[in-house]
Amino acid sequence: MAKYLTQRIIYMVVTLFLIASFTFFLMKIIPGTPFSNADKLSETQLSIMIDKYGLDDPVPVQYANYMMNLLKGDLGVSFQFNNVGVTDIIIKSLGPSATLGALAILFGTFFGIILGVVAALKQNTWVDYTSTFIAVLGKSIPSFVFAGLLQYYVAVKLGWFPVAFWRGPEYMVLPTIALAMFPLATASRFVRTEMIEVMESDYITLAKAKGASWFEIAFKHALRNALIPVITVLGPLVVSLMTGSLVIEKIFGIPGIGEQFVKSIQVNDYPVIMGTTLLFAGLFVAVILIVDLLYGVIDPRIRLAGGKK
Amino acid sequence: MEKILEVKDLHISFHTFSGEVQAIRGVNFDLLKGETLAIVGESGSGKSVTTKALMRLLPESNSEIKAGEILFDGKDLAKLSDKAMQKLRGKEISMIFQDPMTSLNPTMKIGKQIIEPIVKHQKLSKSAAKKRAIEILELVGIANPEVRFEQYPHQFSGGMRQRVVIAIALACNPKVLIADEPTTALDVTIQAQILELMKDLQKKIDTSIIFITHDLGVVANVADRVAVMYGGKIVEIGTVDEIFYNPQHPYTWGLISSMPTLDSDDEELYAIPGTPPDLLHPPKGDAFAPRNAYAMKIDLEKQPPMYKVSDTHYAATWLLHPDAPKVEPPPAVKRRQREFLEMKEGN
Repeated sequence: MAKYLTQRIIYMVVTLFLIASFTFFLMKIIPGTPFSNADKLSETQLSIMIDKYGLDDPVPVQYANYMMNLLKGDLGVSFQFNNVGVTDIIIKSLGPSATLGALAILFGTFFGIILGVVAALKQNTWVDYTSTFIAVLGKSIPSFVFAGLLQYYVAVKLGWFPVAFWRGPEYMVLPTIALAMFPLATASRFVRTEMIEVMESDYITLAKAKGASWFEIAFKHALRNALIPVITVLGPLVVSLMTGSLVIEKIFGIPGIGEQFVKSIQVNDYPVIMGTTLLFAGLFVAVILIVDLLYGVIDPRIRLAGGKK
Repeated sequence: MEKILEVKDLHISFHTFSGEVQAIRGVNFDLLKGETLAIVGESGSGKSVTTKALMRLLPESNSEIKAGEILFDGKDLAKLSDKAMQKLRGKEISMIFQDPMTSLNPTMKIGKQIIEPIVKHQKLSKSAAKKRAIEILELVGIANPEVRFEQYPHQFSGGMRQRVVIAIALACNPKVLIADEPTTALDVTIQAQILELMKDLQKKIDTSIIFITHDLGVVANVADRVAVMYGGKIVEIGTVDEIFYNPQHPYTWGLISSMPTLDSDDEELYAIPGTPPDLLHPPKGDAFAPRNAYAMKIDLEKQPPMYKVSDTHYAATWLLHPDAPKVEPPPAVKRRQREFLEMKEGN
């Protein structure tokens, strides 16, 4: 197990290195400088600034410098803000995004799994059709529509929750629901399909023949087997929710990482672009590793050689 | 002998998109205490459906017990509530399935799968149930039961898994054990071991067995009595000697003629011509008539009743009607009938 983990972590570092390199050169293809928006600067001032930040060095030199700093754990300083380190920006804006993403994925998968199980067990009844309907809505309607509807009806009309901002638990409810609809729909569809297949298998008939009740069959025998393929789709979904809730962050006025990412691209804030990209990539490879480890937890057949006997 | 299970005039239909499939069309048999009854017949004859119905394991969504009674312990299982059935399953009636590779839950430890019915039905504590489970594992011939208890199905071979399935089925000392082709998916040497094990355990825990198979060799090895099914009906039923040495129904003749024997030289292996009947539109007369070389006009028009051959032997064929012409059965059957007579005289 330790050997496997070390190996995986080495691969992860290599992956991150490659992503960082590609992104660096791609980023340099974007025309303009971080200061091009500052029209008030004169030619001389601009060239002084460019020289100061080393932006007139050949790209490979800039790349080497960035990578050396990265090795030291230094992500550089943002161009947008005065002397604010990229690390600080990321830490500050990651908090709300991660909280919102985690809440949405927990809420979404939990209810998605329940909805999927119930739909599978009551196949082709109104319960199943309702679940399908909810799933289709969740998948096809963009989250910002839910956000708007929730804000208007639940926040403005009913006044149950605040309309926007990020100042405490009650502020988290509406964005969580808006963001959770997609994972809920995805999970419920996958769980339903898998459950139907698992319920047909011989070991479920054997469980019935043992005298197991409906509940025991569904949750003790079937669900664990049905979850194996579901984890595959949920892994990447976790990352995209933790990081890419840009629209929801914008609508609810949440100071998150998604917003920061897009802004940094618009203004050529190179260090922040690199920093957020590396963060996203890091989260992604970490989730892939976690998913692979989860397979082993759920399915003993995939448990790794040399692992727990 | 005491009857433990009685099936009376059982009719089962499946509702499909193309219409109602009458899978079981009036099945009658009983199971005596401690005996092994083999049910034989080709695929689609209704063997599995009949036994799944005994445990009410048919899919609720599209199957229906149209008529008939399944009497067990003074109760009619065909009309029992789901709750009451749950209490009975695994405790009074157990089942072993065909494919041991798929009939164990791949994500649950073997031990837990054996304990489940024990805890459920006998209300034992976890530790007492574990002790009992290890006993049973030992009984079905699994070495190192304490270690095996903590393992998952993928760590067992096919034969070992079938032993585990048998252990689960016998965990609560059931009165009736239904074995649905338990050796079909195993290779021949393992087959023999499993059959020996089942015979051995039957004596130890005094259970009655319904043994479904299409392998007549297996029947000869394990059964006390044999029921031959065709087209959703039992066409002949009798003791194992009566069915093997004095068969009366032309379908049974066909089955026996198509059995390879050690002394049959290079002759071609016999196969019954034609295909099984379409139970979506069951025939008016004897379902076997279109494939029957001995069929008479009445076979196409009217279903034959069960004729009594002996106290234990019944067959549904018009050939047993007093007015029916005397026919010569195929040579393989005739040879066997002669042996049967010699056997009787010898006694």
